Amino acid sequence: MTETEFLNWVRGPGMQIALAVFIVGMVYRVLENYLIGRKQSLAEPRGSEWTHGVGTMWRRSFTRAKLTTRGYVTLVAGYIFHIAFLVTLFFLAQHVEMFRSLLGFGWPALPPLLITITAVLGIAALLALLAHRLTDPVKRMLSDYQDYLTWFLTFFPLITGFLLINRVGIPYKTLLATHILSFELLLIAIPFTKLSHIITTFISRWYNGAIAGVKGVQS
Amino acid sequence: MKDTRTVGEILSSQGISRRGFLKFCAATASMMAMPPSMVPAVAQALSNARRPSVIWLSFQECTGCTESLTRSHSPTLEGLLFDSISLDYHHTLQVAAGSAAEEAREHAMQENDGSYLVVVDGSIPLGNPGYSTIAGISNVDMLKETAAGAAAIVAVGTCAAFGGIPHANPNPTGAVAVSDIIKDKPIINVSGCPPIPIVITGVLAHYLTFGKVPELDDLGRPTAFFGQTIHDRCYRRPFYDKGLFAETFDDEGAQQGWCLYKLGCKGPVTYNACAVSKWNSGTSFPIQSGHGCFGCSEPDFWDSGGFYRPLSATTADVGTLAGVAALAGAAAGAAIGRMNRSHRARAQARHEKLTIDDIEES
Repeated sequence: MTETEFLNWVRGPGMQIALAVFIVGMVYRVLENYLIGRKQSLAEPRGSEWTHGVGTMWRRSFTRAKLTTRGYVTLVAGYIFHIAFLVTLFFLAQHVEMFRSLLGFGWPALPPLLITITAVLGIAALLALLAHRLTDPVKRMLSDYQDYLTWFLTFFPLITGFLLINRVGIPYKTLLATHILSFELLLIAIPFTKLSHIITTFISRWYNGAIAGVKGVQS
Repeated sequence: MKDTRTVGEILSSQGISRRGFLKFCAATASMMAMPPSMVPAVAQALSNARRPSVIWLSFQECTGCTESLTRSHSPTLEGLLFDSISLDYHHTLQVAAGSAAEEAREHAMQENDGSYLVVVDGSIPLGNPGYSTIAGISNVDMLKETAAGAAAIVAVGTCAAFGGIPHANPNPTGAVAVSDIIKDKPIINVSGCPPIPIVITGVLAHYLTFGKVPELDDLGRPTAFFGQTIHDRCYRRPFYDKGLFAETFDDEGAQQGWCLYKLGCKGPVTYNACAVSKWNSGTSFPIQSGHGCFGCSEPDFWDSGGFYRPLSATTADVGTLAGVAALAGAAAGAAIGRMNRSHRARAQARHEKLTIDDIEES
């Protein structure tokens, strides 16, 4: 396969395969969880499950003072990584064009310099998290292959994208194709690994908030 | 008749001054990224070079490559140098026709066996030999026959170099490149649709100067001309780096000369010298005239997802696919959910409650 064929494949059939697997996988995962069901509660509701559910989805995006007393690296690097990754993914002009080709609409992009900074922050945060995972005895013991696999699958698009924007030696065509492929691998892996938290996190938060809401307690 | 005069002698007989000739040598050396100290060597080698016999074969092509070469700089030194090559066979340019033309080719091949250059433009159809013939000879037969005694082959244009437009999907004629057929001769790919004239003359000048093919990239193209991308040398590159893009061909950004990435420019993945040498005596090149690069010097440029689609955009239709995938996921999720529920119901049905009697018995 030549460089051109590689690029054409990842832009066409490769993206189709990745999207198909991603959508099938995520719909399947969400529906399977939903259909587990709950027994009908016969108690009189003491509050709204919707307001508490949605409120919890939002509130748990923020940390609390008590949580900062431990896991400081995870907390700080975790926040930096998530914000940096999302900004990089959704606000680089080239990425907006990709989303436009997938969704049919786009949105304003941020300046490339800012995206370069977020990409560097994202890469640095991921490296810090990996170092912490390898050096902290408890975290290391708790880690399995999936933690390292998902780390790599998240790191790969960031580093190839950074090299692409900053033109570090490797031919643009190969690097662009590799970068798109890295995103496709990430898409494929999401439904079948703990990366599915991109959606299930919000379902869990809603559920926790909703059951507390029905019982009339703080979630 | 075989002309044994050197290129230098022919140039002076045509009124080209030594000064003009050296300027050409300096330009050629510069284009080939050679240091200034090489200019005298180029000049000496070129002026002492014997006119090599060149046989130009035109197969499945549009004559654009020849148009590019003949019209671009006329009458300039490049053109005259080209005159100074003994062009013994060329459909469009030669006077002879019919059997006389074929005789010229055969005569040139016999007289210069092992030392002539073959220039090919156009792809070669393998689907049916009858798709393209010259004097009743199929393209593939003529290429093999002519290449046998050649010193080297220059595949001019993307069709000859990579198959080009005839090779594009669905490739009805089974078109292939020269390098797909000829395996035992040095081949220089001068791709482009059409190629830049100075790149063609530069390659020939290099061959005359050094007597060997220039350094080539992995696609067989001279690195002196195809070593950098259009994007690397584009004067609009600062706008790309600042994230300033034209959204349409006539918006404010387009008028300000901003980057054409969003309008489908393939400059970042296209290796060619357009941004450096430009076209029409250095007047302009596509991006300078407000249109993105097509990527015409790259293989499969016609099938690379559309000229106006940004490089980062997907080229496949994903709307229907997304709908089908969502339905498939829903069906799979519902089926598994149902199985889980019936499994739980069976487990509950099998469950026997422990009574006080059971405990006492045990």
